[in-house]
Amino acid sequence: MNPVNEFSHFKMDVLKEVGNIGAGNAATALSRLLDKPVDMGVPTVALVPFEEIADRVGGSEQIVVAVFLRVEGDAPGNMFFIIQEESAKRLLSNLLSIELDNGLTYSEMEFSALSEIGNILAGSYLSSLADFTKLSMAPTVPSLAVDMAGAILSYGLLQFGTMGDDALLIETSFLEDKEEVEGHFFLIPDPESFEKIFLALGVPTE
Amino acid sequence: MKQQIKVGMADLNIAAEGEVLKTTGLGSCVGLTLYDSTAKVAGMAHIMLPSSEIAREENFNKAKYADTALPMLIEHMLKLGASIGRMTAKIAGGAQMFMFAGQQDTMRIGPRNVETCKTLLGGYSIRLAAEDTGANYGRTIELDSSNGILLIRSVQHGVKEL
Repeated sequence: MNPVNEFSHFKMDVLKEVGNIGAGNAATALSRLLDKPVDMGVPTVALVPFEEIADRVGGSEQIVVAVFLRVEGDAPGNMFFIIQEESAKRLLSNLLSIELDNGLTYSEMEFSALSEIGNILAGSYLSSLADFTKLSMAPTVPSLAVDMAGAILSYGLLQFGTMGDDALLIETSFLEDKEEVEGHFFLIPDPESFEKIFLALGVPTE
Repeated sequence: MKQQIKVGMADLNIAAEGEVLKTTGLGSCVGLTLYDSTAKVAGMAHIMLPSSEIAREENFNKAKYADTALPMLIEHMLKLGASIGRMTAKIAGGAQMFMFAGQQDTMRIGPRNVETCKTLLGGYSIRLAAEDTGANYGRTIELDSSNGILLIRSVQHGVKEL
């Protein structure tokens, strides 16, 4: 039995707050990077069947730009920062002031810039979470991929794979002021990490 | 347009009479396909993990693990008139989507899925006719039950036929 199946509403709300704090900080960081206001959506916390996770970013075959980091420390997990290709190109042209062609190819410079953006955002997400929970959460070096959403996201589901056919996902989306850049954060804590997060936040465990 | 049968993640299905099996977004997962060219019966499994020994759940989904998906797939195909002796296999996927220094075991899951599938096929003496595995990109595959041709689509390499 997947233990996360039985989380109470209260626990789900706590996890929403986790998403709120983390993504809020990341959105602030992005806003500073772009020097533009960035709006954040209400986080969603849900137990999502593997099959449906990619639907949240346009479907399994949708090509997305994804930065993946493994979270290490007291509460390990997987983290993705996912943006659509158009958003990635706009992000790059805003930041680097270079016009990009419409091809699928990215130069090494563009790749490394996207990686660094992902790194900054994920880092601010995790450090605010670590402050809030007093748990150590350190990101690994980010890894970037431009590929099908299904192929990318399935990578973050392996830890849940041995426990069931769905994963608990903390998702927050954000939108740059003029809707030029849209992105998604996915935090998928390992199944064992939830109790540690709850314990750290003083949520009674039944 | 041929009748298309979708195979989800950690799922398997069979097809006959010209139906086409399709699964999308294979990353580290492996698309294991079997075909009996005489009976024109095809089978496809979207396998996520190599061995059910690591399952921490009861009544687990057999299609998720290679060692339980293959026997189940064969069993379903036999019911449609296929025979193990005539089956050939094609596999795709098992990529390593992200590279890290100091790889954890779970992070090398793609290659392990592929190795396990090959070993299991050997156990049934099913010949591996073709494979498109490994590397670092996602794949979508389609198996045509009328001719056993496996189409593999990827972002970087377009469409490839096995």
